[in-house]
Amino acid sequence: MNAQTVAAPARETVIEVRGLINRFGTQTVHENLDLDVYRGEIIGIVGGSGTGKSVLLRTIIGLVRPIAGEVRVFGENLLSLSDERRSQVERRFGVLFQSGALFSSLTVAENIALPLIEHAGLPRMDATRLAGVKLALAGLPVDAGRKYPSELSGGMIKRAALARALALDPEILFLDEPTAGLDPISAAAFDSLIVTLRNALGLTVFLVTHDLDTLYSTCDRVAVLSQKRVLAAAPIDEVARTDDPWVQAYFNGPRGRAATFAAHKGKD
Amino acid sequence: MTTPSLPGSATLSRDAGGARLALSGDWTLLHYMELQARANELAGTVGNDVKVDLHAVGAMDTSGAFVIAELLGSQRTQALSQDESLPPARRALLKTVGDAIDTYCKGVKKPRDAGFVVLLERIGKAMGSFWKQTLKLLAFIGITLQGFASTALRPKHWRVTAVVAQIEQTGLDAVPILALLSFMVGAVVAFLGSTALASYGASIFTVDLIGFAFLREFGVLLTAILLAGRTASAFTAQIGSMKAREEIDAIRTLGLDPVELLVLPRVLALLVSLPLLTFIAMIAGIVGGGVVCLAVLKMSPSMFLSMLQEDMSLTQFLVGMAKAPVFAFMIGVIGCMEGFKVSGSAQSVGEHTTSAVVQSIFVVILLDALAALFYMEMGW
Repeated sequence: MNAQTVAAPARETVIEVRGLINRFGTQTVHENLDLDVYRGEIIGIVGGSGTGKSVLLRTIIGLVRPIAGEVRVFGENLLSLSDERRSQVERRFGVLFQSGALFSSLTVAENIALPLIEHAGLPRMDATRLAGVKLALAGLPVDAGRKYPSELSGGMIKRAALARALALDPEILFLDEPTAGLDPISAAAFDSLIVTLRNALGLTVFLVTHDLDTLYSTCDRVAVLSQKRVLAAAPIDEVARTDDPWVQAYFNGPRGRAATFAAHKGKD
Repeated sequence: MTTPSLPGSATLSRDAGGARLALSGDWTLLHYMELQARANELAGTVGNDVKVDLHAVGAMDTSGAFVIAELLGSQRTQALSQDESLPPARRALLKTVGDAIDTYCKGVKKPRDAGFVVLLERIGKAMGSFWKQTLKLLAFIGITLQGFASTALRPKHWRVTAVVAQIEQTGLDAVPILALLSFMVGAVVAFLGSTALASYGASIFTVDLIGFAFLREFGVLLTAILLAGRTASAFTAQIGSMKAREEIDAIRTLGLDPVELLVLPRVLALLVSLPLLTFIAMIAGIVGGGVVCLAVLKMSPSMFLSMLQEDMSLTQFLVGMAKAPVFAFMIGVIGCMEGFKVSGSAQSVGEHTTSAVVQSIFVVILLDALAALFYMEMGW
């Protein structure tokens, strides 16, 4: 589908957020928030706890209805579409939830085969075979497919959930804290997996994270959520120079300096 | 999106230069079935010397790449991903999918055919698990008894508050539903008795029927079945969700004994409340039967009571009541044991709750039948 349009200008906008306002009770989470995400990039969303990173993600995928403002994904406002049309758009993105959200009553392979059977209408046999390939893409052995989510380790759950998010070959991948709770080695492996998949499948990746190493090793651009809006959205070195107390504390704190050092050492 | 997508096609041609496989169209999930069918047709005919041409292919995703990689085999997929004339994105896709299949998909086994052997296997497994289940139940009964024995002489370890709270939940809260249920069953038994005995002109003995039924069997059986449904399931769900959230492990690591903390108060509470409830059920059942006797048989209350007093000995009451603690113990132990067997998921909590109810009702009725045999032989 997108192969014909590959020749289009490099900065095609796939997600467009304009004047977004989110409020829960009297607490305002987002106030006139604007954000653009371009095709093929990995954008990292950072911000302190409670700045509404996950709420932003959930608003974009249409799980939260904003008070005001507009969210366009592939140029369509999800909330104003008919159910059928919305489902068609939703098939073009995959979501990896923070704790995986694998269906605990299905095996891993069945979890991945489910969207293939329901949406692509494949027979169970073919869906299961394809599920095996998705598992392999996410770096899991095939016999993991026969296990139930409760039998997997944290890192394997993330990979299995990633395989399910990739089931329908989405164009945009939403990741909510993909490396949270993983050991540094698994986290690094997951980071490089995301970059590999982006390069191979031409994905656009929307990445909510706290992990500075992930930011440095994967993201093309970083958007900082602070003071209820996007404070900056630019390549990471540029963002790190932004004159804002939170940004400075984040990137130039002890952990930030260590990650910067590691990233620059890696490049040399 | 802009142009309607054409299903991918593959053409095998032979000329002077050798065989040539030309692919075109879109190789995407949308057309997966057609692609797979075409690949199956070609599977045997694509030799090792075939030149593969991917230049006319439109869109390709992992599903399409998978079909191609499977058709060509890993070596030629790797060779294809080195082909400089293809766009880099496509080569990366082919390489990634090819690698994925190579590395991980070797262990795929064909699912076995279902049949007679599978049936036998399942029967064997079911018997095996029944045996294991019985052993586990016996083991858990042992653990519980041991817990009782070790805490009995150490009043510090008595969880009085927990026991009282459990008695309220399992006993007091169950009184209304149990009384109503027994009252209605008593009325039904009286109706049945009066109709059946009327043909012998003996409808007066409906009183004895009600008395025997409720003192010996129905009082305790109704209570036990109600508590098996109401309390065993609650025990399993409470302990099971604690197990799923690692709270049981936390209890262990704090140096505490989960049996002493969770099982003993519950079993003890049932041991107290089930006999009390049984008594209430007996009374409610007899009252229900009595109301029918008064209304249908036009008996006077004093006649009903004096008949009851004459014909029912204390033995009848004791024989029924003696079963109550046994049932209470089994229901409590099965409810708690199933809770401890829960693993991880929410589904598991549900499965074990069901299993607890089924098992405890089964055990209650089994023990009741054995007791009836025993009492008969003893002439009680």
